[in-house]
Amino acid sequence: MHLWKKERPILRVNKGGVWMFDTILYEVRDHVAWITMNRPQSLNAFNSKMKEEITKSIKQAANDIEVRAIVITGTGRAFSSGQDLQDVEADTDYGELIRKYYNPMIRQIASTEKPIIAAVNGTAAGAGMSLALACDFRLASSKASFLEAFIHVGLVPDSGNFYYLPRMVGHAKAMELAVLGEKISAETAKEIGLVTKVISIENWDEEVAIFAQRLASMPTKTIGLIKRYMYQSWESNLYEMLEKEAYAQKIAGQTLDHKEGIAAFLEKRKPHFQGE
Amino acid sequence: MANYEYIRVEAKDQLGLVMLNRPNVLNALNRQMVSEIIRALESFEQNEQIRVMVIYGNGRAFAAGADIDEMAADNPVSLELLNQFAEWDRFTLLKKPVICAVHGFALGGGFELALACDLLFAAEDAKFGFPEVNLGVMPGAGGTQRLTKLIGKTRALEWLWSGEMRDAEDACREGIVNKLFPKEVLLDETMKYAQMLANKPPLSVRLIKESVSKALDYSLYEGMQFERKNFYLLFASEDQKEGMNAFMEKRKANFKGQ
Repeated sequence: MHLWKKERPILRVNKGGVWMFDTILYEVRDHVAWITMNRPQSLNAFNSKMKEEITKSIKQAANDIEVRAIVITGTGRAFSSGQDLQDVEADTDYGELIRKYYNPMIRQIASTEKPIIAAVNGTAAGAGMSLALACDFRLASSKASFLEAFIHVGLVPDSGNFYYLPRMVGHAKAMELAVLGEKISAETAKEIGLVTKVISIENWDEEVAIFAQRLASMPTKTIGLIKRYMYQSWESNLYEMLEKEAYAQKIAGQTLDHKEGIAAFLEKRKPHFQGE
Repeated sequence: MANYEYIRVEAKDQLGLVMLNRPNVLNALNRQMVSEIIRALESFEQNEQIRVMVIYGNGRAFAAGADIDEMAADNPVSLELLNQFAEWDRFTLLKKPVICAVHGFALGGGFELALACDLLFAAEDAKFGFPEVNLGVMPGAGGTQRLTKLIGKTRALEWLWSGEMRDAEDACREGIVNKLFPKEVLLDETMKYAQMLANKPPLSVRLIKESVSKALDYSLYEGMQFERKNFYLLFASEDQKEGMNAFMEKRKANFKGQ
């Protein structure tokens, strides 16, 4: 029983078309989708619209075969200051708010089998930090900071924060960050393993682009598989994982990029990966 | 092979393949399509070469439900006279194994089709559900019966009332899905399994299916009597002699299906 009023073709993503968003900027350049949170006047705080638009734009990038890497960043001083408290009423049901807006966004990031980079240009606080944690890589500008801000308004971490944080920094450090709620610098974040690279402000735009380009020229399908099975490793025991690795390698072994990699190795040249 | 409009049928050695083929409507089942599916299966059932049948979907989904347009104007009398669900009863008469490989959506009639098969393999991205309640109706092709027999009354009610979609992992945990595979290898692995099953002695496979099916309807006592008769019956087969001899002679058996 279902959905179809009448036979109709499935609508395809409008490749290369203009996509209008109110709270974010979306642009595809050289196989990289740039999603820029654009509410600088409120430090890119999440209102409902921005959460929906981020989810929608990631989905769009996921479905666009031209896109081989995704960057999420912010305009102005902050990456994101977290939930927009002006968007919250006294009787807001936080459970519903999270289910309706935040969880779909985090699920979309986790299920998109392309590399997603959080380019943390400034403060990442509360759900802003959660968003950064949910990405596959974090690049931090030297003036970026990370803050588990929830505790300061008597709330618990959300938007995947409870999942990612202890897995990335360990239980003890995660407790410390979540309960004490102290701001940590980009450098500290690098030391505890949260951040791939700290980049000085002068080179920020250029180095983020270089990093994104690098990922976009790699075997995209294989990166997607690595992401999928890295996630599954958290839910699997060794014997299950060995079996999953066999499937993953079977799939990777059928990609054009694998054939290209082998050919390039034998011909002693640099491989040119297509992402398939 | 017969001409079909909405499915594609292929006999591949000992496997009979049925591919649902209305990809532009996510393989929504219309009446003709259901009729074609069952006719294709019955034709494989009569084909001596075929030992195992496999159903799967072309495109982004297995089958996202039934064609609503087709039934929107129906009334009880027209439905009774049309008796469209009678075709679904013929699934239960198939004696050869039917394996279903689900990727994407298996909703409503699509889910019922999957439940009508003997084994269900699913891609990790598969989603299952009965959205009928949201349209003011209910499953009509075995959904409330087969789901309940599989997962029990309370869990079936909860799922059917909510009309919600559940992912493949949930369905696997509920015992509806036999095996989960990465979407890229679902068909390949299903075919491998089907071939493995095709190499088993067909009469054993057949009578096991018949006996297990009876377990759903019979009392334990009646079921055990039924099982026993099938057990005895297999001793009339050449494959029983071949199988037991091969075991004693420590060699691989060569089963002929006789």
